[in-house]
Amino acid sequence: MSPSMRGTRRMIAVAAVAGVALSMAACGSDDEGGSGSNEKITLKVSTFGTFGYDALYKKYEASHPNIKIVESNEGDLGKYTTALTQRIAAGSGAGDVVAIEEGAIVNFLKAPDKFVNLQDEGFNEIKGNWLDWKNAQATTADGKTTIGFGTDVGGLAMCYRTDLFKAAGLPTDREEVSKLWPTWDDYIATGKKFQAGTKGDAKFVDSATNTYNSILMQEAGEAPGYTYFDRDNNLVFDSNPAVRSSWDTTAKVLDAGLSANLKSFTAEWSAAIKNGGFATLACPAWMTANIKGDGGDAGAGKWDIATVPGGSGSWGGSFLGVPTQGKHQKAAVELAKFLSSPEGQLSAFDEAGNLPSSPKDFDNPALKDFKNEYFSDAPVADIFVEGAKNLKPVYLGAKNQAVRDAIENDLRSVEQGQRTSEEGWQNAIKSAKAAAGV
Amino acid sequence: MSDITAPVTPARARSPWRSRLSRWDQKGSPYAFVSPFFILFGIFGAFPLLYTFWVSLHSWPLLGEHTFTGLDNYQKLLQDPQFWNAAKNTLGLFLVSTVPQYVLALWLAVTLNRKIMARTLFRVGVVIPNITSVAAVTLIFSMIFAKGFGLANWIIGWFGLEAVDWTAHTWSSWLAISMMVDWRWTGYNALIFLAAMQAISSELYEAAAIDGATRTRQFWSITLPMLRPTLLFTTITSIIGGVQLFTEPLLFAPGAGAIQGGTLRQFQTLTMYLIENGFTRFEFGYAGAVAWMIFLLVLIISLINILLVRRISGAD
Repeated sequence: MSPSMRGTRRMIAVAAVAGVALSMAACGSDDEGGSGSNEKITLKVSTFGTFGYDALYKKYEASHPNIKIVESNEGDLGKYTTALTQRIAAGSGAGDVVAIEEGAIVNFLKAPDKFVNLQDEGFNEIKGNWLDWKNAQATTADGKTTIGFGTDVGGLAMCYRTDLFKAAGLPTDREEVSKLWPTWDDYIATGKKFQAGTKGDAKFVDSATNTYNSILMQEAGEAPGYTYFDRDNNLVFDSNPAVRSSWDTTAKVLDAGLSANLKSFTAEWSAAIKNGGFATLACPAWMTANIKGDGGDAGAGKWDIATVPGGSGSWGGSFLGVPTQGKHQKAAVELAKFLSSPEGQLSAFDEAGNLPSSPKDFDNPALKDFKNEYFSDAPVADIFVEGAKNLKPVYLGAKNQAVRDAIENDLRSVEQGQRTSEEGWQNAIKSAKAAAGV
Repeated sequence: MSDITAPVTPARARSPWRSRLSRWDQKGSPYAFVSPFFILFGIFGAFPLLYTFWVSLHSWPLLGEHTFTGLDNYQKLLQDPQFWNAAKNTLGLFLVSTVPQYVLALWLAVTLNRKIMARTLFRVGVVIPNITSVAAVTLIFSMIFAKGFGLANWIIGWFGLEAVDWTAHTWSSWLAISMMVDWRWTGYNALIFLAAMQAISSELYEAAAIDGATRTRQFWSITLPMLRPTLLFTTITSIIGGVQLFTEPLLFAPGAGAIQGGTLRQFQTLTMYLIENGFTRFEFGYAGAVAWMIFLLVLIISLINILLVRRISGAD
């Protein structure tokens, strides 16, 4: 699932999933082993947003008559993660199986003893079910503990407005558009052409931060394999060349006047999607639902999807973990395995459109041949898979989210013209230190 | 023997028991009657306060090891520019919002105290903003101050001025946030002033009018001095509200990183900085230290207030 789920408006279909009562005290004992035991147990699955597991629950309950599954869905990712962190820290109240977003899992890796080490539960035999970098995200730096099975990935592509491209004299076909920007410098050059050719107020890109984060994950993937923290969790914000060069490339986007300066998921950003306020948007799979929701019927067929500059990327995606505070850990691990299996992920794609993180699904026609009508019949899954497949694993430190929040803010201050790129960078060094607590 | 003493003993025993009971009743029951408050205050007030202090003496990440660090957090906090920035913003926003608010509230109260048409309707009307949900108010105001399609920029456009990115600058964000605060609280304060004005004896005004005092003169020489205790009360409640200012600046620039209060942290208040440390950085020890600093700040301001009260009552 995705950061986009923060907005209350985006809690589509939450009601459908959340229509379950509180989990009742399970009456089973501790020695159950999946279907072997006949005692009735209840497993609570905690999720946010939309995971698309309804069909899977029914199937699992049918084949495991002793197990009853209740899902408690919190909708909003920010609130969910805070509540989950508190429950994990307190040692009670978390579900038997919990969903963990990729931005949050780095924080939980700080306390790996709070989760079942899946490597003790046969993870190593089935780890081919997921992309390598996906597994790396859920594994401690020493490689000995894995706390989550991958569910979905964001993938990354570039969504663009064909009508605005056409008006600015740019090609509109997705193959040709992809060829316009093999690199980010090409993307900036295209942006300048767009800005010169466009007639209205439209800008080329929505904001600096999406661009920056996409570039950073690519650059860090090439070398050195981490962003703000090295593998020993030392803050390396100002010494990691990948961070600096991503910052500088983003500054070039801003200097060229390409940004509409709209913070993602705010009302103004949504309005700009509807009104054609910007022409391109770094776009994970789940973002297509946002564009469709904000753009409404008037936007149908006006959007299309090309590959992202730099060729790969991913933004968002989740895991299923099993807290050690649970009463039925063995049964919970079995359920998590089932939900995150290649078949399970495909079922979730069918139900909610979440892009699988299993390479075994990528060639499946159900995924490969799926076309998104709203996006000019683009073969969405195929494009996003291309972005996700080639991504190299990047290590994110435990305090990644706090540092990222802080320095994104400094980037926005440059975008707003409050600081020069260099002033913003100098301040970002201070902000990163404050956020990391050094 | 027992036949004789038996009826006596209970009577003897009852008498001291009863008197003791009655003494307990006299001495003890007042405490019993007030105890629910203290028990609840102990659980929900004093204990969290002291426990927060205990937490603030530690390095206390939400997940992971807790280690005792003594006063390190406080030492760090005193040298933390982000903390002092938040303190400056909190006091600044308080002043910028409260001063015009009082002027406006007094003017409203004076107006509503006159014989105007549909007086009750207007009197009820001024408190309506106060009963509106603060989140709703903030969302509406964020729309008004939106950069691209906001009402404020549209009006500015009539005068040929450039559109303003309201959340970007210090002055513009403070102005917008102050307007949200004032929108909610001006009417409330006006009503309190009005109530106090009605308690002022009309004889004073009549006498002043006979002496030839103008309405303006009456306001400065009678109304305002008589309102002093009320002004003090509203000042205290405003300070309490001002130090807790949170929802308006948080929702003014929503989305990722909203807790930082603007790209330059230009409208991050103390409570926002507290939450940022607790729930973005998950450093409960440091957040606890921020909480105690806010507590000390309120304590200092309250002491200044008490001194002011003494001076004013001395002046009377």
